[in-house]
Amino acid sequence: MKKPEIGHHISQRYNEELEDVRNKVLYMGGLVEQQLADAVQALTTMDSALAEVVITNDYKVNRLEVEIDDECIHILARRQPAAGDLRLLMAIIKTITDLERIGDEAERVGRMALRFIEGESTKDTKPLLGIGYFGDHVRRNLHDALDAFARMDVQAATQIAKEDLKIDQEYEGILRQLMTYMMEDPRSIPRVIGVMWSARALERIGDRARNICEYVIYLVGGKDVRHTSLEQVEEDVRGSNRSEKDK
Amino acid sequence: MTTTATDTPRTHGVNISSLNREFDQTRLEDEQVALQVENLNLFYGKAQALHGVNMVIPRNRVTAFIGPSGCGKSTLLRCFNRMNDLVDGCRIDGKIRLGAQDIYEKRVNVAQLRSRVGMVFQKPNPFPKTIYENVAYGLRIQGVRDKRRLDEAVEKALRSAALWDEAKDRLHDNALGLSGGQQQRLVIARAIAIGPEVLLLDEPASALDPISTLKIEELIYELKENYTLIIVTHNMQQAARVSDYTAFMYLGKLIEFADTNTLFTNPDMKQTEDYITGRYG
Repeated sequence: MKKPEIGHHISQRYNEELEDVRNKVLYMGGLVEQQLADAVQALTTMDSALAEVVITNDYKVNRLEVEIDDECIHILARRQPAAGDLRLLMAIIKTITDLERIGDEAERVGRMALRFIEGESTKDTKPLLGIGYFGDHVRRNLHDALDAFARMDVQAATQIAKEDLKIDQEYEGILRQLMTYMMEDPRSIPRVIGVMWSARALERIGDRARNICEYVIYLVGGKDVRHTSLEQVEEDVRGSNRSEKDK
Repeated sequence: MTTTATDTPRTHGVNISSLNREFDQTRLEDEQVALQVENLNLFYGKAQALHGVNMVIPRNRVTAFIGPSGCGKSTLLRCFNRMNDLVDGCRIDGKIRLGAQDIYEKRVNVAQLRSRVGMVFQKPNPFPKTIYENVAYGLRIQGVRDKRRLDEAVEKALRSAALWDEAKDRLHDNALGLSGGQQQRLVIARAIAIGPEVLLLDEPASALDPISTLKIEELIYELKENYTLIIVTHNMQQAARVSDYTAFMYLGKLIEFADTNTLFTNPDMKQTEDYITGRYG
């Protein structure tokens, strides 16, 4: 599969502009990933100071989204990008929307952590048991999705999109576990619901990481795979690889 | 992939129909084809300027030819009304069919061919006559004398070329007094007054200011209802704006021919991608 390349424009400035905006996306991705990791850690280790940091840092993510959107608009207006360049900008604009929302979800987890810590019987951390591993899985998936974006790697993007199914299954498992706690001890319900919201936020982050993978597939192959089944996506990716070899 | 002279160019499966959702036949029907080029080679003396071009120009659509200078796009355009006959040492093999007729057959009347395939050039070239006489010129040559018929034809052509409102009160003024953009629309009116099937536009807007350019582009959009248009342009954004299909040519070969949306968002060939994104290959 042909990979769109960023460089090699006759206009060196254009290369720099595209490279610059792409680097900013990767920087934003790193920031969001850190926010997610911190939020999960704040919740599982009941670290209220860290939760506060996550909440206050969300503005950085928002600011980056605005900045990158602005740069993309300027490139669109001044360069009239076509083909791979156009798909790259489209993918970037969509990716940062998802990244910003992931940032919001991380902030939400941070707030839930604060509420959980400030709850009455803080010694009971049983409801948090599954969240640490789950959060880590989601974070790894987001990391890999951003990695696939950086390397424009369709194979990896397909794999990661598939991994989201496992995240969905784990989410189901966590829900069932949390329901058991609530049934055992109805007094724990308010606190467990907070954990449940956090799990829900993490699951949504998984979905958004999958979206990013779909943008990567679009960016590289020009094929829009949103709202299609994973089997179809895999087949498309295989198909376009084959036709590439035929050339 | 390297394209050799005999390769069929990639037209995304040649079936233009599959690109255009209006048609669901596997190939274009005869009445949807305006021009068909088969294995066209063109030589200027010993130098080969076109290499094995195969393509189908859909009827009542705008087809744009893009490519770097010297890639053969104007040469190919000029083949469609045999303007290359005027070039010394120009030799052509292959076929171009207009409808059912091969336009390079010996018994073809070239003057008649050019009345079916009109042409507009980069620089507006009105005759140093009145606006009226410019448009009526072709009809007069065809022997039309009736004043009423001429009046009607002139008005119709000027209206089609979106020039009537600006020109109706000065029909008998010298055409050279018009602005560049108006002159170019006058030339288009002159071309369509004799009722061609195909209009060839060789960089029709590159000598015009942006507003006049937009007017010409708007005109192209309106004209495709009645004519098949082929436009050569250096301005890729213009090709993207006005055309339904785009052909990318490079070094005398047709590299890629696809519907314009596909070609500008997801071209098949790397050479096309490099050109439209402004990269050096």
